[in-house]
Amino acid sequence: MQYSVGVLLVTFLGSLTALGLFLWSMSRGLFGAGETAGRVIFAPKEIGLVEDPAAGTATAEDQLQGVMNRTGHTGEFAVLTPEETDERALLDASSRLPVLIALSGAVLWLVIASMFGLMASIKLHAPDWLVEQSWLTFGRIRPAHLNAVAYGWCSLAGLGIAIWLFPRLLRTPLVGSRTAAAGVVLWLCGVTGGIIAILIGKSAGLEWLEFPWQVDIPLFLGGTLVGVALLRTLQRRRVPHLYVSVWYISAGLLWLPILLIVAKWPGIHFGVQQAAMNWWFGHNVLGLWFTPLGLAAIYYFLPKVLGKPIHSYHLSLVGFWTLAFFYSQVGGHHLIGGPVPGWLVTLSIVQSMMMIVPVVAVGVNQHRTAYGHLSALRYSPTLRFIVLGGMMYTLASIQGSMQSLRVVNTTTHFTHFTVAHAHLGLYGFFSLVMFGSMYFVMPRVLDWEWPYSRLISLHFWLVIGGFAVYFVGLSIGGWLQGMRMLDAARPFIDSVRVTEPFLISRTVGGTMMTLGHLVFAAHFVVMLLRRGTQREGAALLRRPVRLDTPAGVTAASRASA
Amino acid sequence: MRLRDGEVGVFKLAAGALMIIAFAAGALVVLPYFTLRNVPPPEGLTQYTDAQLRGRQSYIANGCIYCHSQQPRDPSVAPDMARGWGRPSVPGDYVYDRPHLLGTMRTGPDLFNIAVRQPSRDWHLGHLYQPRAYSPGSIMPAFPFLFERKRGAVAPDEVVVTLPPAFAREGERIVATQEALDLTAYLLSLDRSYPVRKTSAAP
Repeated sequence: MQYSVGVLLVTFLGSLTALGLFLWSMSRGLFGAGETAGRVIFAPKEIGLVEDPAAGTATAEDQLQGVMNRTGHTGEFAVLTPEETDERALLDASSRLPVLIALSGAVLWLVIASMFGLMASIKLHAPDWLVEQSWLTFGRIRPAHLNAVAYGWCSLAGLGIAIWLFPRLLRTPLVGSRTAAAGVVLWLCGVTGGIIAILIGKSAGLEWLEFPWQVDIPLFLGGTLVGVALLRTLQRRRVPHLYVSVWYISAGLLWLPILLIVAKWPGIHFGVQQAAMNWWFGHNVLGLWFTPLGLAAIYYFLPKVLGKPIHSYHLSLVGFWTLAFFYSQVGGHHLIGGPVPGWLVTLSIVQSMMMIVPVVAVGVNQHRTAYGHLSALRYSPTLRFIVLGGMMYTLASIQGSMQSLRVVNTTTHFTHFTVAHAHLGLYGFFSLVMFGSMYFVMPRVLDWEWPYSRLISLHFWLVIGGFAVYFVGLSIGGWLQGMRMLDAARPFIDSVRVTEPFLISRTVGGTMMTLGHLVFAAHFVVMLLRRGTQREGAALLRRPVRLDTPAGVTAASRASA
Repeated sequence: MRLRDGEVGVFKLAAGALMIIAFAAGALVVLPYFTLRNVPPPEGLTQYTDAQLRGRQSYIANGCIYCHSQQPRDPSVAPDMARGWGRPSVPGDYVYDRPHLLGTMRTGPDLFNIAVRQPSRDWHLGHLYQPRAYSPGSIMPAFPFLFERKRGAVAPDEVVVTLPPAFAREGERIVATQEALDLTAYLLSLDRSYPVRKTSAAP
C-alpha cells in the first residue's frame, strides 16, 4: 500500500513537471506560431463569412450569416475573392475520389454495424432468439458489431474526412489521389475480411484486436498508403503554419500503424503481459486514433462554419500534447483489481485523472468559440452535430477519468455501465462529429445539395433521442448491476435480473439510432444518385447574389467589394 | 518549405509523437514483458491438453469472453471469493494462456474456477445446450449448434445429453458434437484451487 502511494505521488509530480515544462517552452514560442496560426484556415479577408454547404437553401445560409452578423461577428467587410473561390473549389476537387470511396464505405459499414449492434442487444434479453446458426451467436455478433463500428464506420469516416481536410488545411491539392484511394480500398478489404473471420469463428480473441493478424496486413498497408498521400501533400504545403488539425491527423496516422504492429506481432505476447498490452492498445486506439481524427474535424469545422477563428490557438496546442502524453498511458485502468502489477494500474489511474487537462483545454476552447452564437445551431446541420459531439467528448472524458478511480471502478467494472460509457465516447462524440463533418463535406465532394433538409432533421432527432434512451438506461442498469454484484448476500443471478428492463430500453434506444442511420444512409444514396437539386456552385462560395433580404445586401456588398 | 522561427515543423511533430508513444509502450508493454517473462507457473498448474486447447479455441470463437471474466479479485475489493469464484489470481496462473482471456465483463459469473463449482461434464453439456434448464433467469445464449438432435439409435461412443424432463423432447436425443466435448474439457480444466505464494505483483 505504501509502495502504491509512492508510485502515485511520483507519477503525479512527474506529470505536473512535464506539463509545467511544456507550458514554459510554449510561452517561449518553441511550440507553434501563436494566434495567427488559428487564421490559416481562412482566406486573408474571409473571417466573418460563414460556410455550411449542408444548410440546404440559400435562405438558410443567409439566416446563418444573419445570426453571425447579429451576434457581433460581422461579415460585412469579409470577402472571398473569385480567385480564392476557384482555388478552394480546386482543392475540394483534388480529393474527390478517395473521399467518396471512404465515406460511402463508412456509411455501408454504419448500417451493417447498427444491425449487428441491434441484434446483439436483443439477444441479451431474448437469449433463445436466433441460436441455431453458429455465426449468429451473441459471442460473434457482438465483436462483429464492435469491429464494424471501429474499423468500418469510424475509421473510414475519419480517414475520408482527414483526406478531405488536408488539401484545405495546407492549401495544396491532394498529391496522389489514387494512392489514397487504393489505401482506402485496401482498408475496406481488410475490414470485410476481419468481420467474416469473426463470424466464422476465427477471432484472435482479444477485445479490440479480434481481427486475425493476416487481416491486419491490408489495414496496415491501406493506412500507410493514405499516410503516404497525405505526407506528400504535406511536403508541398503552401501555408505558413501547420494548423492544429494537421497535427492531430498526422500524429494519428503515425500512431495507428505502431499500435497495430506492436499489438498484432504474432507470438510475443503472453498471459498477463498480453492483457496489459491489450488495454494499452484498446485505449490508445480510442485516444490516439479516433480522438485525434474527431478533434481535427471539430477544430476545422467549428471555426469554419461560424466564420470565426478558434478562441485560443495556444490552448489547442496544450490540448494536443497533453492528450498525447496522458491518454497514451491510461489503458491499465481496465485491469483495476486484476492480477497485473500494482504500479501499472496506479500509473494509469494518475494519467486518467491528468486527462482532465486536455479535456478542459478542448472544452473551454470550443465553448468560447461557439459561445454567443448558439442560435446558429438552428441553421447549420454541421454545427448542430459537431457542437453536440464536442460536448459529449467533454462528458465522456470526465466520466472516464472518474471511472478510473478505484472507488467508482469497483462498482462499474465488469458491468454494462462501461458499455454505456464506451458509447458516449465513440458514438456521442466521434460518430456525431463524423455525421456533422459528412454533412459539410458531401455537397463539396459531389457538387450536389443534400436533397431533403427534413431528412437531416429526422436523422438528428432519431439518433439524439435514441442515444439518450440508450445511454441513460444502460448507465442506470449497469450501476445497479454493479451494486448487486458487490453485495455478497445476494445471489449472482440478482445482478442479471436487475438489468433486464434496462437491456430492453437499450434495444429501444438502439432501434431509434438504427432507424436514424437508415435515414442517413438512404439520404446519402439519394444524393449519390443525384436526385434533388444540383448546387449552383458551392454554396456561400459562389451563390447568386440576391438583394431581397438584409443578409442578401451583405452578400451583394461582399460581391462588389 | 523552410521552417520559420518558432514554427512546429513536421519533423518536430513526428519526433514528439513518436517519443510519447514509445514512452507509453515502454510503461505498458515492454516493462510488463520483462517483469513477467520469467514468472514460473505455480506447482499445481498443468499445461492444457490438446482437447482442452481445442475447447479453448471454441471458447474464443464463440465469444464467451464477452460475458465471462477469468480474474477473481481480492476480498478487500469485491466478494468474488465469497461467491466461490476462488482466490485472487496471480500472474503465474496465466503462464500457459495465449491469448489471455481475462475478460472485462461479468454479464455472467467469473469462470476462473468453474470446474471447482461445477465438476460435472453432464451439467456443462446440458447447460450449454439450454442454460435456462439449469439456471433459471439466465440470459446466456443457448448453443444448440454444438449438438445434434437425433431420432432413433445412437452409437455406443456418442455422448447423449441428459436434460431435465421439462426441457427434453419425446423421442429426441441430444448428442454432443466433438466441439461441445472439447469445450467442456476446457471448462473442466478451469481449476486454480492449488496454493500460490502471494507475490508483490498482486494488488
